[in-house]
Amino acid sequence: MINWTALIVFVLLFGLVTWIGFIAAHWRRGDLTMLHEWGLGGRRFGTIVTWFLIGGDLYTAYTFIAVPALMFGAGAIAFFAVPYTVMIYPILYIVFPRLWSVARKHGYVTSADFVRGRFGNRWLALAIACTGILATMPYIALQLVGIQVVLGAMGIETGGLSGDLPLVIAFVILAAFTYTSGLRAPAMIAIVKDLLIYITVIAAIIVVPLHLGGYGKMFAAIPPAKLLLAAPPAGSLGSFSTYATLALGSALALFLYPHSITGILSSSSARVVRRNAAALPAYSLMLGLLALVGFMAIAVGVQSMPEFTAGFKAYSNNFAVPALFLAIFPSWFVGVAFAAIAIGALVPAAIMSIATANTFTRNIYREFINPACTNVQESQMAKIVSLVIKAGALVFIFVIPFQFALYLQLLGGVWIIQTLPAVILGLYTRLLNGWALLIGWASGFCLGTWMAASVNFAPVYPLHIFGTTVPCYIALASLVVNVVVAAVLSLVLNAVSSDRHKDVTVASDYA
Amino acid sequence: MSARPDEHLPARPVAWARLLLLIPFVAVLWVPFYNRIEPTWSGIPFFYWYQLLWIILSAAIIAVVYRLEHRAGHGA
Repeated sequence: MINWTALIVFVLLFGLVTWIGFIAAHWRRGDLTMLHEWGLGGRRFGTIVTWFLIGGDLYTAYTFIAVPALMFGAGAIAFFAVPYTVMIYPILYIVFPRLWSVARKHGYVTSADFVRGRFGNRWLALAIACTGILATMPYIALQLVGIQVVLGAMGIETGGLSGDLPLVIAFVILAAFTYTSGLRAPAMIAIVKDLLIYITVIAAIIVVPLHLGGYGKMFAAIPPAKLLLAAPPAGSLGSFSTYATLALGSALALFLYPHSITGILSSSSARVVRRNAAALPAYSLMLGLLALVGFMAIAVGVQSMPEFTAGFKAYSNNFAVPALFLAIFPSWFVGVAFAAIAIGALVPAAIMSIATANTFTRNIYREFINPACTNVQESQMAKIVSLVIKAGALVFIFVIPFQFALYLQLLGGVWIIQTLPAVILGLYTRLLNGWALLIGWASGFCLGTWMAASVNFAPVYPLHIFGTTVPCYIALASLVVNVVVAAVLSLVLNAVSSDRHKDVTVASDYA
Repeated sequence: MSARPDEHLPARPVAWARLLLLIPFVAVLWVPFYNRIEPTWSGIPFFYWYQLLWIILSAAIIAVVYRLEHRAGHGA
């Protein structure tokens, strides 16, 4: 049965952001035939716009569905999202203003651009670019899952060819305004999206505990096994190292994703980036509170309510949040909340497709296919690639089983972290050799993929260190191998023939 | 291009202040310390309110470091 009130509110809000997406082309007008104008908004976003843009970019619809869903299903372990968001901002503060500065100085649009200039090694830059594209694709596809779940929760049949139609419409809208307005569109929509998300989350954390009789009652309703991490068995660090390495590894990986870099490079100064490192944790607080919504869903008992049986069957635990909203809120507010989630999918999906398009165009098309291309050709290429990427994500979600998209997203984290030595260490030191970094990257990439496959695509691999079992997030373990290989080989290769003269950057570019 | 003339001046890194940024890492990576229910805070187990509190504390630390590095006379 279709929930008409919710659906009408949903469609109205969706229409509003579509309109905003198109008029965004005229905002802070720039020449959209230039890649840095279309793909970075002309590097003109100040503190507040950057705050909304990066916030809308990092805290995606999928996060809003999946983190509470994991709390709902697995309990305390899912709360690693909180220490993860605690650690990302000190990293942002220290490291990324340097990237902003050098990128501004040399006109870099992607992290692979920087690596190309710093190490003068086009194959290393190609590896960085391909890793970014590969890691982002499943991420875009997962955003669609967020839209699918809320559409299903409003009673729209999401199976079959006709059921796919609403999702196709949403993505055609997304593709059209990204094509015409570039990064300005998600930046402007992010403001509306975040207001809706904040309203929804604040309503949930006030109304639901009132309904349950306070936070104490809510936590009392949680089974003890879900309330805390399980104490590790003898001879193992168990859930403790799982929790800590998941948080640390995810934090190190986050700002290496192309869409994060796009958000950072589009800001108007390194100072804007630093200010945002202090201001963005407001989103983390929201994410932490939202994680607790998963517990609220347990306490309210949505799983045993007969009206939600079909939903849980179709979307498993991802249905927990929508079910809670349906159970607690009036229909019109359900429409607002669901619109917030769906629009929350559009913003990061738009930024991700722009970021991957920038990467493909700059680091593959211009570098390897058509080095003589004009600036107009370059930005035209990026616009077309952004369409192809979105179409690919859509096909991905229709053709490939959902579980497979999850595996790929997990592997995406393992892969993207392998770019850390070239990108982050590269910002600080030129002691590393470009070829050594490439071999380190390949070692980490292969080892990480093998580890993930050998534990059936769980995120954590049990390392055995001096007789103790240390379950460790695969991304972090494979990164260590990558760094060691890159460092040792750099010593050898630099002794034979140093490639340091290929560095086009100088120390003052980084300040 | 930018409305503020000082916008592109670099921060002057203050090394000891930057060390403060390590504190949040220690606080949240030391899992056995906070994997407990007591003391609860208005019904919320320690595990949850401790970590949520660190979101606010780490933001405050970053704000302090930012202030120190952008003081008047330091390019601010």
